[in-house]
Amino acid sequence: MIRVVLPQHLRTLARVGGEVEVEVKSPATLQSVLDALEASYPVLRGTIRDHVTLQRRPFLRFFVCAEDWSHEAPEKPLPEEVASGKEPFLIIGAIAGG
Amino acid sequence: MSKVRVLVGTRKGAFVLSSDGKREKWEVSGPHFAGWEIYHLKGSPADPNKLYASQTSGWFGQIIQTSEDGGKTWHQPGSAPGEQLEPGKAVGESNKFVYDASPETGKPLTTHQWYDGTQHPWEFKRVWHLEPSLTEPDTVYAGIEDAALFRSTDGAKTWKELPGLRGNDTGPRWQPGAGGMCLHTILLDPKNPKRIYIAISAAGAFRTDDGGKSWKPINRGLKSQYIPDPNAEVGHCVHHVTMHGSRPNTLFMQKHWDVMRSDDAGDNWHEISGNLPTDFGFVIDVHAHEPETVYVVPIKSDSEHFPMDGKLRVYRSRTGGNEWEPLSKGLPQSDCYVNVLRDAMAVDSLESCGVYFGTTGGQVYASPDAGNNWAPIVRDLPAVLSVEVQTLP
Repeated sequence: MIRVVLPQHLRTLARVGGEVEVEVKSPATLQSVLDALEASYPVLRGTIRDHVTLQRRPFLRFFVCAEDWSHEAPEKPLPEEVASGKEPFLIIGAIAGG
Repeated sequence: MSKVRVLVGTRKGAFVLSSDGKREKWEVSGPHFAGWEIYHLKGSPADPNKLYASQTSGWFGQIIQTSEDGGKTWHQPGSAPGEQLEPGKAVGESNKFVYDASPETGKPLTTHQWYDGTQHPWEFKRVWHLEPSLTEPDTVYAGIEDAALFRSTDGAKTWKELPGLRGNDTGPRWQPGAGGMCLHTILLDPKNPKRIYIAISAAGAFRTDDGGKSWKPINRGLKSQYIPDPNAEVGHCVHHVTMHGSRPNTLFMQKHWDVMRSDDAGDNWHEISGNLPTDFGFVIDVHAHEPETVYVVPIKSDSEHFPMDGKLRVYRSRTGGNEWEPLSKGLPQSDCYVNVLRDAMAVDSLESCGVYFGTTGGQVYASPDAGNNWAPIVRDLPAVLSVEVQTLP
């Protein structure tokens, strides 16, 4: 079970609380977590990564165990702390704009 | 008694303003989608309780929302919260706008002109305008940035481009205006279902007579001193176009500079700015019952996007242009420096035609008597991007 923390606007859009949980086959990767998240919450498709290219939207970042994983390869296995649910997978919106 | 429902899109959410036919007391509902930019929302003429909204964000991209109950509740088409994906089922695609690059379209376009004159790839950014079909509640058109026209026939669950527009041979010469290369105006001809007009900043106006398969630029007569060829076939910064449903061959246009008119479905245009104090502006609309009565809001210039002399005035022509009268009763006549954006004016169809517009200062003004008297419905919304009105039984 992977714990995912969404930015506030996406929580509102998906009508969920602070964290959501998704099931992912081992080894869990950044891509498999996002795939599972979008499968559980289709309203999020296109809001975190592009519909077609699956590229991360520019003003969003991925954080794992206090490290920025935004530029990591999508197929790279996530740390055990995240895969086990001990630590959450964070999706963070850039602090910008008005 | 009839009612009116004013649909307001703002920089930070959508608002629904409701009143009875007197249009004196208003109920305000919102913000819906708080914190998101709502470029446009509009109701289906065939089912007034069915509304479509374009919700966008620089962070999270494009969302399409629909309501089946006149704006009380909203959902993303085809994507109920928590709904599980099933193989082959089209869910989570109501915000998927993919340019058509199929060989069947003939010559798929991949680039347009960029600010520096080089060619640049087409990139989806947002939906500027949603135009529901006049007859089918589940059919809706979307005007997008970078400029293209999309259509949904399943209530906005899925979208397909009408590629003939970008495929007409002027496409590589289209270029963005300061606000981006947006398709902002969609006019459906009520007498000819095969005819659609659209307008793009900064390419110009276009028309199809075959239901969207093929398009032609309709910009003859437009003059833009700020482009290399002032009479070019495309490249004009058209801000908005409108028409009266009883006379769909007569079009009125607010161009970047110049107010224009065509009486032959856009084939030829002539200027009707007449005695306007400035012919720069964004909005233009037509009285619901008088096809020769036209409204504009003159804006000082393209470098100062606010009214002349700090006085907010709507100008009305009862002669189809050239002769304009200022309408200021109830509008601020000092220290007013707001703008009125291109999709932020609308009219109702009650016996005494109501006129409405919203400002970048967050006011929505209403006139229940065709512009003679004005009063604010609300004063302190976020900057208003769009205003639409529904007249309800």
